[in-house]
Amino acid sequence: MKLRNSIRQGHFDSMDFGPYLLLATLEGAVQAAVLALTALGLSLVFGVMRVVNVAHGEFFMLGAVLAWWISSLLTGTPLFGFLAALIFAPLIVGGLAAVADRLILKRLKYDPEATIVATIGLLYIIQQGALTLYGPDARPVAAPFDFRVSFPWFGYSGYKISVILTCMVMLLGVWALLTRTRIGLIMRATQYDRETAQAFGIPVARVYTGVFAFGAMLAAVAAVLIVPTQQAYYLMGLDPLLLSFIVVIIGGLGSLKGTVLAAVVIGLSDGIITIFFDPTLAKILSTILVAMILVFRPTGLFGTATR
Amino acid sequence: MTEQKTNSTKTKHFTRRDTLKTLGAAAGLAAGSHLMPLSGRYAQAQSSEPIRIGFQAHRTGIGASYGRWYERTTMAAAQLINDAGGINGRPIEIVTEDDGTDPKRGAEVVEKFAIQHKTDIVFGTLFSHVVIGSAPRAGELKIPYFVVSEGHHVASGKLNRYVLQPGITDVKSQVQSMAPWVGSNLGKKVTMIYPDFAFGHDHRDYFSAAIAAQGGEVIEKIAIPPTEQSFFKYFPRIPKETEVLYHVMVGPGVLTFVKELGEFFGSDRPQIFGFIDSLEAVDLANPGLEALEGTYFWEGFPRYAQNDGANPHDAFYREKVGVDANGASLSDPKDISTYAHMFGCWETLYIIKQGMEAADYKGPADRAKLIEAVESFTDFPEGPEHPQGAKIFNGQTHQVFGIQNISQVTDGKLKVVHRTSIEDSLYEPEVDYTKMAF
Repeated sequence: MKLRNSIRQGHFDSMDFGPYLLLATLEGAVQAAVLALTALGLSLVFGVMRVVNVAHGEFFMLGAVLAWWISSLLTGTPLFGFLAALIFAPLIVGGLAAVADRLILKRLKYDPEATIVATIGLLYIIQQGALTLYGPDARPVAAPFDFRVSFPWFGYSGYKISVILTCMVMLLGVWALLTRTRIGLIMRATQYDRETAQAFGIPVARVYTGVFAFGAMLAAVAAVLIVPTQQAYYLMGLDPLLLSFIVVIIGGLGSLKGTVLAAVVIGLSDGIITIFFDPTLAKILSTILVAMILVFRPTGLFGTATR
Repeated sequence: MTEQKTNSTKTKHFTRRDTLKTLGAAAGLAAGSHLMPLSGRYAQAQSSEPIRIGFQAHRTGIGASYGRWYERTTMAAAQLINDAGGINGRPIEIVTEDDGTDPKRGAEVVEKFAIQHKTDIVFGTLFSHVVIGSAPRAGELKIPYFVVSEGHHVASGKLNRYVLQPGITDVKSQVQSMAPWVGSNLGKKVTMIYPDFAFGHDHRDYFSAAIAAQGGEVIEKIAIPPTEQSFFKYFPRIPKETEVLYHVMVGPGVLTFVKELGEFFGSDRPQIFGFIDSLEAVDLANPGLEALEGTYFWEGFPRYAQNDGANPHDAFYREKVGVDANGASLSDPKDISTYAHMFGCWETLYIIKQGMEAADYKGPADRAKLIEAVESFTDFPEGPEHPQGAKIFNGQTHQVFGIQNISQVTDGKLKVVHRTSIEDSLYEPEVDYTKMAF
């Protein structure tokens, strides 16, 4: 129905198909890049700790809100405030996540069901805490630089293009960290077999705290990067959480490759479907995709069966 | 401003009483009134007991910036009314409850006012979906519900006899009065962008009809969920042949919306006519908003003091609410008001006062008399009580009609370029609430 309406009402003649697709792809790529970083955090926490972190979206929101706070503390050029936010907001969020891990998750012995309930509680605590301390308003964060890339058919934010590139660099960094460093090796060992890792002298408790903090930091970095194109708002954590879950389920919980690939698919298709048809249709399609994956390939595209 | 909040607790309630000595026994009953509704009711009816007005406020959720300013305006007007002796010799007390800009919570809040707080009336709701969600409950509880919402839902006959909108005009009358100006000055081929809920649908339906009456046409309608935070992806749907882009947006993302609109078009843009809703509580000085220069906005009440003599009572109202000549808070120039809308709270409170005085309102038993009294009103002259301008009230439809302003962004400020007459905005009544039983 929507589709036919779209065609009949002539959405397609408003701009030629080529430029239209370019814009859709750009919008989709921005979303995919940010989503990949956010979902990677969720996937990592699940992969290593077997904890489904329902509060993940709130760490995203905290990153954005802290970015506003830090950049408004610092006067001077927006670039300076933004860089400070990019460094300190994730650190604060990571610290908070580490505390949450020590105070809550550790005491629940990382029991999968109990941690889901506990992180739901954490979600509300963080969200209402932000409402109390930050307030109910959406506030802007200045982009570090602002230029308009003029395509022949439409203008596009240069900052958004830089977000795509930054996210790609970040993803490569995370990949290198996991596969090329000793920390990565320890994390993978813990993920593979917690007890054997402990027997080999790996401080599993500290690895868990570190991974939980790192997962939250990835969400916070993604939020700091995207917030100059949106606004910081205390309810902004919901969408990233839902999309991250969709991505992680499609890609396979705990699989980095799957997460990134699924983020690209979901982000791009969301951008393109929203532009050509309707935002609701995009959500319907990605949810159907999740249902199909759960029915036919419950471990996700790249997931391995849980041990 | 905020220290005047009277989210009444029982302790506050007692200290405010000046007739406590004669009411020792009644006070005891009032304290127990949560348990014994009837005895509480009688205590409330005593002569200098405050008149309690339940203020359904959007303190949180997508309407929070409106809620903050609706509250400040309400408190300023309540203070003035009390300083001048209250209503029928009784002070008024504003009892505020947050509805989270949520229809479900809205209905609960109405219930809370009627049953727990025992307010005389409920007042002050803005967002149309909250009004539509709350109004049936107000009707069931038979408590007058004075909304400040702009939606056409009151005058359309969709609600009930207990719901009135005497302090702010509705979307249908606004767009009808402005469509001729848009059609003859900006263009006839219009693309509309609006939020995808009741309020946006009013815009879609009534502006489409109004511009068609001018020989114009809406060539594309783009509905956006009101919780959306990123808008760029919707703009390619704007057809090339668009002469006028009509936008109205609400929610936390409005600044992003207008920014991205500017980014999308650059200097090569159609005429842009927006409802100030897309910019309420947003500073025009924000970087990225230079692109709005030269575009037009509807304003219920001009945000920037115009100093052209058209609104002689604006300065007084501005000062009392605590707003500077640029529409920002006197205490924080970055805290921009929702100036185009919030006067509705001020004017509605004064109409409640006028209605209660005309009905010789004594307590909840006189609620029907209050509604009948307001229904009998026909016009409200411009003055300190109605600073936005003179108004005509239709008792049958429970809806008020007034002057609308069209402003252009000039040197980063909004300058009024056209004022409609009240007559431009009148339409045939679609309902007669006075024929409905109480």
